[in-house]
Amino acid sequence: MSIKAEHEIHQRRKGRNVGVGLMLVGFVVLVLALTFVKITGGAFELPRLEETQ
Amino acid sequence: MTDVSYQHQTHEAEASLGDYFALLKPRVMSLVVFTALVGLLAAPVSVHPVVAFASILFVAIGAGASGALNMWWDADIDAVMKRTVKRPIPAGKVTPDEAKVLGVALSGMSVMMLALSANLLAAALLAFTIFFYAVIYSMWLKRSTPQNIVIGGAAGAFPPVIGWVIATGSMSVEAWLMFALIFMWTPPHFWALALFMKSDYDDAGVPMLTVTHGRKATRLHILVYTVLLVALAVGTAFTAIGGPVYLTVAVILNALFLKGAFDIWRRDETQAEADGYVVEKSFFKLSLLYLFLHFGAILLEAMLPAAWGIWA
Repeated sequence: MSIKAEHEIHQRRKGRNVGVGLMLVGFVVLVLALTFVKITGGAFELPRLEETQ
Repeated sequence: MTDVSYQHQTHEAEASLGDYFALLKPRVMSLVVFTALVGLLAAPVSVHPVVAFASILFVAIGAGASGALNMWWDADIDAVMKRTVKRPIPAGKVTPDEAKVLGVALSGMSVMMLALSANLLAAALLAFTIFFYAVIYSMWLKRSTPQNIVIGGAAGAFPPVIGWVIATGSMSVEAWLMFALIFMWTPPHFWALALFMKSDYDDAGVPMLTVTHGRKATRLHILVYTVLLVALAVGTAFTAIGGPVYLTVAVILNALFLKGAFDIWRRDETQAEADGYVVEKSFFKLSLLYLFLHFGAILLEAMLPAAWGIWA
C-alpha cells in the first residue's frame, strides 16, 4: 500500500470532522432558540428592581 | 512494524461518523421518537414547537446513549449472534471503550438538556429509562432470567410517558395506558423473533424463553400475552386518548394479531420448520405495524378535536 497525499482515510476523517462540526453548530443554534423561546415565553421572570430595593 | 502494516491497521480501525451513529441503534431511536412525540401531542397541554423539538431530540439522544451502553456491555454475545454480528463493536469498527464513553457522555448530556428544555420530572424519567435499559435489562436481567424481555420491555415503554410529562409536567392514567400498550406488546414481538432466530439465542447463551422453557411454552406465552394485550388495546379506545378512529384501527389490528398468535400456538416445530417459520415471521412483521398504527391512531385522535366531542 503506497502512501498517497489523499488517502481514503483522510476523506473518512474529514467526513467525521465535518459531521461533528455541523452537530456542534446545530446544538449551539438549538440552545440559542430554546433560550429565546424560554425568555420571551415568560418561563423566566427577572426580579423587579423596585421590589428588591 | 513497517509503514505498510501501520497504514493497514489504521485504515481498518478508523471508524466513520456512521459507525458511531449505528451505536445509537437508529431503528430503536425512531420508535422512541415516534412514541414520545405521540405522548407529547396527545397530552392536553400545548408545547412550543421549539421546546417540543428540542425535548424529543434529547429523549432520542438519551435512548441512543442507552443503546451504545447496551452494545458496549453485550459486545461478547453480539459477536456470536447472526443478527448482531455486523454491529460496530463486533465488526471491529469501534472499540468497546469508545462505545462506553459515548454512552455515558450522551446519557449525561441528554438528561441535563431535557431538564433545561422541559422539566425535572421528564429528565428524571429519562435518566431512569437509561438506567433501566443499560443496567437492569442489559447487565442484569438479559443473561439471568427468561422473563428478561417481559421486565426489560418497560424500558421501551417509557418514551410516551416522558413525552406526556414534557407537555404536562405530571403523569396521568392516559400516559400509563400508552406505557402498558408497549409493555404488553414487547413480549409477543420478541418471542416471535426468538422462534425463528432460534440458534442465535442458543449460541449466545441468552436465557430466552425458547431456550429455558422450550418452544411449545413460548408459543403458549405469545398467545396469553396477546389476549391480555388485545383487551388493553381495545379498552384504551374508551379513554381520553381513544376515540372512533382509534377503535376502528384497534379492532381490525387486534383481530389480525389475535389470529396470528392463535396460529402460532396451534403449530408445532415440525410444521414451522417445514414452511420456514412463515407464520412466526408474518406475526413479527404485523407486530411492527400493530404498534405503529395504534400510536398513529392516538396521534390522529389528538389532532382531531372534533372526534373528542363526538366521543365524549
